[in-house]
Amino acid sequence: MSEFPFVHSLQVLLHILTALLLSPLIPGLINKVKALMAGRVGPPVFQLYYDLAKLSQKQAVFSRTTTWIFLAGPVGTVAAGLVAAMLVPFGQDHAPMHFQGDVILFAYLFGLARFLTVLSALDTGSSFEGMGAAREVTFAALAEPALFLGFAALAKSTGSLSLSTMLAHTGPLFRFSGPLVLVLAGWAIVYMAENSRIPVDDPNTHLELTMIHEVMVLDHSGRPFALVLYGASLKLLVLGALLVGPILPRNAGPLLNWLEFYLALVFLAVVVGFAESVMARFRMTKVPQFLVAGVLATAFAFLLMLV
Amino acid sequence: MKESGFVPILNGQAIPLSEIPVSSLDDFQNGIVQGVHDGLRLACLCVDAEQRMLSVLADDAAKQLWVGRSRLAQASYSSITPHCVQASLFEREIAEQFGFVPEGHPWFKPVRFHASWTEGRDAWGRTSTPAPAVMDFFTVSGEEVHEVAVGPVHAGVIEPGHFRFQCHGETVLHLEIALGFQHRGIERAMVGGPHPLSLKHAETVSGDATIAHAWAYCRNMEGLAGVTVPPRSEWIRGVALELERMANHVGDLGALAGDVGFLPTASFCGRIRGEWLNLSAEVCGSRLGRDWLKPGGLRYELEPDLAERLLPRMAKAWQDTRDAIELLWGAASVMNRFEAAGHVDEGQAREIGMVGLAARACGIGLDVRKDHPFGPYADHPVPVSLAESGNVHSRAWVRWLELAESYRFLTEALQGLALAPADPAPAALPPLAPDSLCVALTEGWRGEVLHLALTDSKGRFSRYKIVDPSFHNWFGVALAMRGEQISDFPICNKSFNLSYCGHDL
Repeated sequence: MSEFPFVHSLQVLLHILTALLLSPLIPGLINKVKALMAGRVGPPVFQLYYDLAKLSQKQAVFSRTTTWIFLAGPVGTVAAGLVAAMLVPFGQDHAPMHFQGDVILFAYLFGLARFLTVLSALDTGSSFEGMGAAREVTFAALAEPALFLGFAALAKSTGSLSLSTMLAHTGPLFRFSGPLVLVLAGWAIVYMAENSRIPVDDPNTHLELTMIHEVMVLDHSGRPFALVLYGASLKLLVLGALLVGPILPRNAGPLLNWLEFYLALVFLAVVVGFAESVMARFRMTKVPQFLVAGVLATAFAFLLMLV
Repeated sequence: MKESGFVPILNGQAIPLSEIPVSSLDDFQNGIVQGVHDGLRLACLCVDAEQRMLSVLADDAAKQLWVGRSRLAQASYSSITPHCVQASLFEREIAEQFGFVPEGHPWFKPVRFHASWTEGRDAWGRTSTPAPAVMDFFTVSGEEVHEVAVGPVHAGVIEPGHFRFQCHGETVLHLEIALGFQHRGIERAMVGGPHPLSLKHAETVSGDATIAHAWAYCRNMEGLAGVTVPPRSEWIRGVALELERMANHVGDLGALAGDVGFLPTASFCGRIRGEWLNLSAEVCGSRLGRDWLKPGGLRYELEPDLAERLLPRMAKAWQDTRDAIELLWGAASVMNRFEAAGHVDEGQAREIGMVGLAARACGIGLDVRKDHPFGPYADHPVPVSLAESGNVHSRAWVRWLELAESYRFLTEALQGLALAPADPAPAALPPLAPDSLCVALTEGWRGEVLHLALTDSKGRFSRYKIVDPSFHNWFGVALAMRGEQISDFPICNKSFNLSYCGHDL
């Protein structure tokens, strides 16, 4: 908690505004980096904002086979993403909401979002979406242990089960140590898998047979689709904050902390864009191996913390 | 072959119909089965306007073609498909077009879903106009088996086709392909020709292989009219064909990279393909080479000074092409994807009569430019590019090798053309020989393009048969998917990149 209530409220406000408004910038940055790497001009950085504005003025088309569950996917994703965003510290030491055990809530908010997305995909009765849903849950089952083992390592190091403490106060011993590197490596894999980035998935592909996440939202249109896109960008932001949290030095003033946070996010977007530019997607059968590598990395980090 | 009543001819040579004996159906069918068994290839099997069955067998080693025909007396005959798989699609096509039922055909389904050309005789007894892809698909049953239907409307901007996968989890047990959505009736539109639109019809059989089809049509016209094309014009036609090959191969390699999410090559190749297309446009005003060729010669000359100007532009485009595609071979993640998918066995490829680059990727050295030389290729041969594994990587690699060979040919040709004075404009073609047959083969970028023309007593087309390489190769795509991951279908399909409209005619 800051000593100055005014500064504290200002930071909470900034946090909420960042979560609400800034997330569509990340896909824009990634796409810009990819375009530049490929020698193209690429879409403007603000493209997703334009897309969201356009989609929010469009009517949605609903298949006759769908029910209200079809809408629960997009709405649930955004709702869960926004709540999760309140649990992760951004530029300040403490997130707007924090309590012991919020890390479990955080992880299962994403589980809930996935559950609803999968249900809404199955609700369409399409064979593509069924395939996408099957792939999504298969890969998620492998990504989740990596996330949790990382949490376990951090919890052991900080003695806390609150994200705000675990990420912002990792302790001088933990920062830049072997276990942290392992946790970050594991989480980087989770980050790519959860956000359907290359090499796990290809967010730009139009090939319905190869998609994982995108195929589950094929039937969404108009405003629900805007929510899907917005929810995806929120996930990039929130999981990005999780990834950069433990390495940000938080001893400077609030202004500098926030600046560091934003720079770290931009850096993350550039790294993701760069990685997507230099390699192809894995074959689908290879993805589980990749995810297991993430689980192993975080498991070793946890083991090292126990010693 | 002679004892079965087959007559040898050369690629592009016209022959009076009276010189082709009408054998008994048994002799004719035995000739085909025996010929294919002895290593010949069934290049074409069709029925002419007088309900006679006609066959072209290609003897690629001896550089000649065998033509035979037979009368179909009844509405049904015994199928040769069980003994000669290459005849399968041809027999189905004949059944659909003329209503002749091949008894004992193991996979008897429509090909393009159009009404029979013979009034009142339909092989399936249908009375209403059939709709594409409405048929019984092969199905696999079982608790854990599921079916995935893709198309005819696809998520990308591609041609319409319907794909039915029988899957066990992510593994494909069988893929059945239903085409016919693009059937335009080109073969029937050619009948009664040549008329002013005939060349246009030939060019639009498959737009990305405009030159290959236009050239085959022109060679039929020239063969039937008894005209020889001046060597310089033939050379320019070779330039047109190789530019077409360059543009399509570059585009395909880029698209393959795009399908595995490898951005650099995908983005660069999209632009570079345009450079190659623009070279064609520079000569004839059309990026696809429309109207470049005409029977008897060329509509657009490639003047010596233009050849001089094209050379440096081409060298630049080739440099860019190499830079972009070499990135592909250097990326381990790409090689891993390419090598793991889409294997077609050489034996199977021979059995189903695969042609063109898909066959060369299986180690089968088929190339019309070498086997049945036409145009400039006898004097300026292009070496055959081969790969062995028959997978996606092989098909990509053959494209890469062919790019280099085509570039060598183009450089040599343009340098030669820059020195030789232009030919005079071709004179009007004399009338076509009546009651004759002419077969013209060209090697389009996908493979063997076959045009077969039959004239009536007035020298008009009584039947015009077109076989696009896609017709031979589509079944190869289905074979390539057996036991593969369904998520690898896009790269498998793209590695063949067959024409839907070329198949549907």
